[in-house]
Amino acid sequence: MSEKPIIELRDVVKTFGTVKALNGINANIREGEFFSLLGPSGCGKTTLLRMIAGFEDPSGGEILIDGKSMRGIPANRRPTNMVFQSYAIFPHLSVAENVAYGLKRKKLPKTEVTDEVNKALSMVDLSGYGGRAAHELSGGQRQRVALARALVMRPKVVLLDEPLSALDKKLREQMQVELRQLQQSIGITFILVTHDQEEALIMSDRIAVMFEGNIAQIDSPEGLYRHPVSKRVASFIGVMNFLDARATGQNDAGVSLDIPALGKVTVPASHVPDGLDANSVESVGVRPEMLTILFDERDTAEAVAKGVVTSTSYYGDMTYYSVALNGMKAPVTLSMRNTAGRSVLPAGSEVRVGWGAESIVLFE
Amino acid sequence: MRPGRAKKLWNWLAVYAFLYMVFLYAPVILLPLFAFNESTIIAFPLSGFTTEWFTVLVNNDALAQSVENSLFVAITTALVSTLLGACAARAAARYRFPGQKGVIGFIMLPLVLPEIIVAVALLVVLMQLGFSLSLWTVIAGHILICMPYSIAILSSAFQGLDRNLEEASFDLGETNWGTFKRVIFPLVLPGVISSLLITFTISLDEFIIAFFLTGTDATLPVYIWSQLRFPSKLPSIMALGTILLVLSIILLILAEWFRQRSAKRQGVEVAAGGFI
Repeated sequence: MSEKPIIELRDVVKTFGTVKALNGINANIREGEFFSLLGPSGCGKTTLLRMIAGFEDPSGGEILIDGKSMRGIPANRRPTNMVFQSYAIFPHLSVAENVAYGLKRKKLPKTEVTDEVNKALSMVDLSGYGGRAAHELSGGQRQRVALARALVMRPKVVLLDEPLSALDKKLREQMQVELRQLQQSIGITFILVTHDQEEALIMSDRIAVMFEGNIAQIDSPEGLYRHPVSKRVASFIGVMNFLDARATGQNDAGVSLDIPALGKVTVPASHVPDGLDANSVESVGVRPEMLTILFDERDTAEAVAKGVVTSTSYYGDMTYYSVALNGMKAPVTLSMRNTAGRSVLPAGSEVRVGWGAESIVLFE
Repeated sequence: MRPGRAKKLWNWLAVYAFLYMVFLYAPVILLPLFAFNESTIIAFPLSGFTTEWFTVLVNNDALAQSVENSLFVAITTALVSTLLGACAARAAARYRFPGQKGVIGFIMLPLVLPEIIVAVALLVVLMQLGFSLSLWTVIAGHILICMPYSIAILSSAFQGLDRNLEEASFDLGETNWGTFKRVIFPLVLPGVISSLLITFTISLDEFIIAFFLTGTDATLPVYIWSQLRFPSKLPSIMALGTILLVLSIILLILAEWFRQRSAKRQGVEVAAGGFI
């Protein structure tokens, strides 16, 4: 992956009638990265993808692909290829004919077309399926054919519009890993549109979180999860506990907080967002796995709070506990990995909860 | 309901269904029956087997001319109404425009208008405009009544077409024309053929409009009607009717076969309620 942007979005605006679908999107997508547009339905992520593909024209701003402005360039002359949500497999053509569809205009010799098609099919693990009719394929296979049909064109960017949403859970999880591995092995830029935060986290190098036509944050999966810029992003990515808090001081060492549910703490400067005004802090966030139940009396942690278990959800590998801390009414959620010698605590159990200053996320 | 009663009702339903079929098809069966009957009088008992009436047909020049006229009218009608129907069906399936429902409604209206009203109205308008009656005026009338059928058939073909297929084709570098040629046309082709066959059949045996709007060139149904005045010609008309009956059935079966194949190609469940 290089730092060179393959796609530059500059103040991209899209309006449908009086409705503003996108209000000035700015982003650079790097060559060779797996980039996701993540957001709830209606946030404009699909519109943005379709504008990159050339199916919609921006109402304002500019889209550059590989340094060239795409203004006035239709979809059939852009170096992008799309995998549609419905896969859009041509039903009257065989698998091989589907994959070869775009090569026809390139006027390659027949043997070369066959070679390219076979290569693309083996890339998506469908070798030997070339002669099948489209309606004989399963959902997962159709998805692979759609991918092969895009890859065979050797596009600079592959656009994926919720490609896995029609698959069942198990197949979807398998395809997430496969798609990611494939992208890494061929090194082509992938842009994925999804509303599934887990999917985005698993597959992406970077994610743009979008709400109502704006990008709220662009970051790596880890960056997004650990340092969400707003409460909204924080609650969209994974589970986040929000706790009332009040700043009691701010200096070079960090920000001192009084968090009624947990206690007093100083968040080190390295974990404080740049330019944060401590006085504006009203609440902090903490992830479920950053809180630990200290099962053994001898267990210790950086800081400890006391609480009562109000309910539990057993997931097999994990148990999610709702714990009311320090007499607070609203319980926090915390997750514990289940181990061999320990059974789930019943509701009403009194527990000690360990936590640390670095797990506290500050919001303005 | 007790089982005994249910069974009784069932029997009555069977009798009703049988009588209905007899009423519907008995007259049709009489056609080939008398076409091969030796006597010139259409009455039982049958007097003997002959193929003479078919020979008479072949040697009848006026009849040959009317067949030629009808084929010309039916083929032209089928081509034009299918072409226009395809445009309308495509527009209805793809675009939303103000007054859309009204427009489609008006196009479908001839389906329920009494044909004689349409025929008289057309005649008056054409005379007022100073057109002389010819096969072309018949074609115009036939296109009017065939359009609803053609649109109904082609709408289902175009509506079953996933819009993403066109976008995918475009995305893969194909032009608009190439997309039409390589994706849209092959997918709606069975519907087009089905529409051609149906409109051809409708035009071929249409009488009222043809009777009003034709000038001196009679179409086949008009010719048949004119021959009914001569009792001696009746058996050969029966023979002609037999040929038309067989042809119509073959055409309709073909049309339905194409319609179902179209649905299957697009992966749509073949819905009941086709033409056959």
